[in-house]
Amino acid sequence: MGNFSVGFNLRDTVQVLSLKGELDAHTASELEAAIQKCKDDRQYRIIVNGAHLHYISSAGLGVFMAFIEEIRNEGGDIKIAALQPKVFNVFDLLGFPLLFNIVDTEDEAVCLFEEQN
Amino acid sequence: MAIPSSTRFLRKVRKFVVRHAIAAELPEKAVEHVKMCVDEACTNVIEHAYEGEAGHKVDIAIIIDASCFTVRIRDHGRPFDRSTYSEPDLVQLTKAGKSGGLGVHIIQRLMDHVEYQTQGRINEIRLTKYRRASDVSIG
Repeated sequence: MGNFSVGFNLRDTVQVLSLKGELDAHTASELEAAIQKCKDDRQYRIIVNGAHLHYISSAGLGVFMAFIEEIRNEGGDIKIAALQPKVFNVFDLLGFPLLFNIVDTEDEAVCLFEEQN
Repeated sequence: MAIPSSTRFLRKVRKFVVRHAIAAELPEKAVEHVKMCVDEACTNVIEHAYEGEAGHKVDIAIIIDASCFTVRIRDHGRPFDRSTYSEPDLVQLTKAGKSGGLGVHIIQRLMDHVEYQTQGRINEIRLTKYRRASDVSIG
């Protein structure tokens, strides 16, 4: 799966997942595993940084849908930041901005978590 | 081209389709749309028509004429039953922790024309983008 990777970075109490490459039905399991790891670590405040994500298919979007309810039930959230325009268009096409905070920068996403404190 | 029924080959399919879409001088946005829809259609074939089973084949052909850029995808799996398809409700899906059902929606939204047919054991989907903006109104 050389064309997709997830980097982990802890910013205070927020877990940042930095996505790189192409997220499709083949690589979606890596994002699934990354969010599952956050859950296992009881880390429910998650930012997904998409600055280096070049492509996403519905299988990638499906990972967010599969986890979000559970993460929110634990008092957390998944916020999405720094998407490239063509990747944002896919989120937008399916109405994700209605259900998720999608912001321009990782810092903005951190601020949103701070405001919720 | 033909690929085995595994999602590991999706990237190869995307590259193949993009190369031909660019050569056919589709606008950049249309190239993205075709790439994504072919990915979604092949994923559905692999995961639903072949139920995730390896060892089958997915055929992908590109047909270009003066007005249309069409990608034809064929399989020998379970036919797609359009009567079971309804537009996905994102709120309901996320509440149920479900993640599927978005691919067909994306295809319907992004392509200019979509045709499904089954003849004998062969299922076929044709995904078409019109090559000239003026042709869009015809569809």
